[in-house]
Amino acid sequence: MLKIENISKTFFPGTINEKVALHNLSLHLLPGDFVTVIGGNGAGKSTLLNSVAGVFLVDSGRILINDVDVTKLAEHKRAKYIGRVFQDPMLGTAAGMMIEENLALAMRRGEKPGLKFMLGGEQQNKFREMLAELDLGLEDRLSAKVGLLSGGQRQALTLLMATMKKPELLLLDEHTAALDPKTAEKVLNLTNKIVSRDNLTTLMITHNMRDALRFGNRLIMMNNGQVVVDVKGEEKSRLQIKDLLELFEKAAGSEFASDSVLLG
Amino acid sequence: MISLLLPTVAQGLLWAVMALGLYITFRVLDIADLSVEGSFPLGGAVAALLLTKGCNPITALAMAAFAGMLAGVVTGFLHTKMKIPALLAGILTMIALYSVNLRIMGKANLSLLGVEHTFSIMKRVLEMKAGPTTFIVGLGACIIVACAMYWFFGTEIGTAIRATGFNQQMIRAQGINTNITIVMGLAISNALVAVSGALVAQSNGFADVGMGVGIIVIGLASVIIGEVLFGTRSFKNCLISVVLGSIVYRIVVATVLAMGMPPNDLKLFTSVLVAIALAMPLIKSKLGKVVR
Repeated sequence: MLKIENISKTFFPGTINEKVALHNLSLHLLPGDFVTVIGGNGAGKSTLLNSVAGVFLVDSGRILINDVDVTKLAEHKRAKYIGRVFQDPMLGTAAGMMIEENLALAMRRGEKPGLKFMLGGEQQNKFREMLAELDLGLEDRLSAKVGLLSGGQRQALTLLMATMKKPELLLLDEHTAALDPKTAEKVLNLTNKIVSRDNLTTLMITHNMRDALRFGNRLIMMNNGQVVVDVKGEEKSRLQIKDLLELFEKAAGSEFASDSVLLG
Repeated sequence: MISLLLPTVAQGLLWAVMALGLYITFRVLDIADLSVEGSFPLGGAVAALLLTKGCNPITALAMAAFAGMLAGVVTGFLHTKMKIPALLAGILTMIALYSVNLRIMGKANLSLLGVEHTFSIMKRVLEMKAGPTTFIVGLGACIIVACAMYWFFGTEIGTAIRATGFNQQMIRAQGINTNITIVMGLAISNALVAVSGALVAQSNGFADVGMGVGIIVIGLASVIIGEVLFGTRSFKNCLISVVLGSIVYRIVVATVLAMGMPPNDLKLFTSVLVAIALAMPLIKSKLGKVVR
């Protein structure tokens, strides 16, 4: 499904701020893989997701989605394969536009826009049904501006927008980190529900080890721009937090006890 | 005073086309586009030149729109492809257009005296005086432009342009090339501004290379006055507000001039007006604190 082959990315090369964010990273995802990604600050988690999404081009290596080489494709051209939810609830939606307009834009993800009307028609009923499934009472507020919604509501809406037109690949970049614990839990459960219902191939970054263990069928841990731990299936389901720490120490050869990683 | 009202409203309607164009960049795209200072006289210059060559007014207006569109594309190219900040890209186009406009006209001022143009023809057709004729032409232009904008910004492309103004990251994630939407917005905006310039030039009876000075501030004044007085509930509401704002601005100007303000102080007056309006949110919050 997703094939990442030996990609590298260095920011600000040749300057004093030079930072190797990804170093010869390879990763293969099978269809339906739900992979949680953990790692300390600066490990390259977000860089990995942004490389796949095309926010910038990688320096070397190849990225294939469903056997299509997207390595050189611009961000907007990859959008037809990829659904994304960002850490910042402000980034995924257009605040000044109605819920209905945001959904209508997401329903046409990857299509060439034309001169047909954006709103109206039968899509409204579909939107209402989808919003009702979120269970946030948004189904009666189609014409409300998204800016009026809470952070949690906006993330849930963004999640819906990213998945309503089934993506080949779903990228979640710490999408619950900016939410309070109760709302985060709700959005995570919703994520799990949608991903398993539609059998979506998913990469989810999280700062919370427990969430990384609780969700998904595969877990990767990153350090210094590389994948240092990769556990799947049966083995992953038996994994405990202390196992994770041991795995990391073995792989990276250093202590992995940053509070932010433990407590999220 | 009352006898002045109709021509003043009529002028407001001609300038409202410019304000509607400015609304696209300033509010929809969230860009302060200074190229309008050049595309307004550009429209006037192109139309005046074509009319003096015996061209019919419809073609002259269409060519003015096309020229304005090109100006917008240049600004858009500088901003999106050359990564020049929008404000600076607009200034570069504006300054370049000053020379372009002089080249088009061949001199600084091109008179339309004795030349057939939109208003002289309409005056004959409608059998009315200059004031009412300008009013009807201006009203017609505003209705056509506002309806076209209302339709366009409800389509898929138009919605994508609006979304670009709110959140570029979001709309790129939906597969839209924001470079293209920004260029399109700038092109449409400058085309409308040029049409307004062409209409104003014909109404004044001449095109002048300096007729664009301060256009952006007049446009902003219209947009802001309209929004404050007539609301921003929906896109339709916003469009009507901008047109009415332009009319109110003309009435305010006519009133202060009638009260004896020297015409030379007009631009200072407009700038102060817009500065106060733009600072309003801050002033309100400070005043709010003092009261508490």
